[in-house]
Amino acid sequence: MAGSVLFDAPGPRTIARHRIYSVLSVLALAGLAALVVLKLEEKGQFEYALWEPFLTPEYIEALLVDGLLNTLLMAFGAILGAVVFGVLFGVGKLSDHPWVRWPCWLVVEFWRAVPVLLSMIFWWMLLSLGDGPLSPLQCVIIALTLYNGAVLAEAFRAGILAVPVGQVEAAYALGMRKTQVMTTIQLPQAVKIMLPVLVSQCIVALKDTSLGYAIGAPGLTYIGEQIYIEFRVNQVPTAIVLAAAYIAVNLLLTLLANWLQKRYVGEKKVLEVPMVGEAHVTQRT
Amino acid sequence: MEAVFSNFGEYLDAFGVTLALFAVSGLASMVLGLVLATMRVGPVSVLRGAAGLYVTVFRNTPLLVIFIFMAVAAPKLGYTFRFVEDVEIAGWNVSAYFTRACIALTLYTSAFVCEGIRSGVNSVQLGQAEAARAVGMTFLQSMRHVILPQAGRAVIPPLASVQIALAKNTSVAAVFGMAEATATMRAFNNNYADQRVQIFLLFALGYIVIVEIISFGSHMLERRAKVA
Repeated sequence: MAGSVLFDAPGPRTIARHRIYSVLSVLALAGLAALVVLKLEEKGQFEYALWEPFLTPEYIEALLVDGLLNTLLMAFGAILGAVVFGVLFGVGKLSDHPWVRWPCWLVVEFWRAVPVLLSMIFWWMLLSLGDGPLSPLQCVIIALTLYNGAVLAEAFRAGILAVPVGQVEAAYALGMRKTQVMTTIQLPQAVKIMLPVLVSQCIVALKDTSLGYAIGAPGLTYIGEQIYIEFRVNQVPTAIVLAAAYIAVNLLLTLLANWLQKRYVGEKKVLEVPMVGEAHVTQRT
Repeated sequence: MEAVFSNFGEYLDAFGVTLALFAVSGLASMVLGLVLATMRVGPVSVLRGAAGLYVTVFRNTPLLVIFIFMAVAAPKLGYTFRFVEDVEIAGWNVSAYFTRACIALTLYTSAFVCEGIRSGVNSVQLGQAEAARAVGMTFLQSMRHVILPQAGRAVIPPLASVQIALAKNTSVAAVFGMAEATATMRAFNNNYADQRVQIFLLFALGYIVIVEIISFGSHMLERRAKVA
């Protein structure tokens, strides 16, 4: 592999050695795969009866409509809410007034550090359990909005700071006011840098919607549970189908994120949002 | 407030379980992640592909679905991990639940550890390695004196992020019957329904303390590793 930090382009002897390694690792991996298949076969997991629900139109419909559609709805709702939350608090964190800045900081850091499931169960018990006004699905959206919103707030803040300072100075020189500079100069350019983060946050939100299972919100995982409870025997096929469905949707989103990165940001600048502390833009080499 | 303070022992036990889950799966995921990362940046293309496939699969599957695999599907294949309950080390033994939860967390987290290490290694500039070769260093020398020190510095922040995410992800074990912090919050809420907000804030505080400690530790490490 040319251009690697770790090793030089291999010579003929090394290539021969690598060929042996390749053959050995192919054998090892094939052995591993065969072991898995044999184990599944031995326990009768390939029997048609176990997989039948996933080939039956009504169950496929349940999975796609009640499952996937609700999952997408929750993820979409959460991301919409999170963008609003993120813009408000991200801009708030950059405010010149300490009494705006510090509360925003506190809210953002709090929701970033609290596990989504903890906050989901809290909102569910507070607003939905018994005869609460909200459905479990709405509680999932609230919890995911707060968490993803907090992450996006940090991304917005970093994105705004990554806009070259000359842009801001030029805007002030033209006589624009602070709010005008933010809304017409800084935010539009920040959005461009953080689009890929936004899409990868969609993936995070989509994966986290599965936690709604814990509070009985409909979604792919919940429908999966209904199926293996109803049939009692097909836990393994259900888990495989669920994983495959999530992976397929997430891979599509990953493709979108990569395309956006190439199209709007270029190869070089990547916005990184760590789990705590401040996000920053790094130059990828 | 008094819901938690009058049951403070339970509160601490719950976070003890959370920390135990975190410690075991944190260590295990670092080891598995390192192995995967070695395969992923190594010269053998088959292993590169296999590690890449692992990362793609586990990074895009929700942790909850991996938990379903371990807690619901694996027993159907005869993997119950009951045997660990017979193993006793210095008066301690662990439940099968705990083991399954740790395996699920490890499988999930090691995909992220692998990506963190890979990005750290890739952040070392090509010129550094070329210069090391140009002054006549062998592979091991250039690794030991040039590449690994720089890569080691670069992997600290992403790995800290991954471990913080893991500390929060241990909460998913609550769904499958571990009596850790999140499950305990739920139990407290059933007994003291009028103090929900205080209970939530106190449990959130526990997680925040854990997260801040990890983050503080990584800052200290970063400062020690920093040059100039």
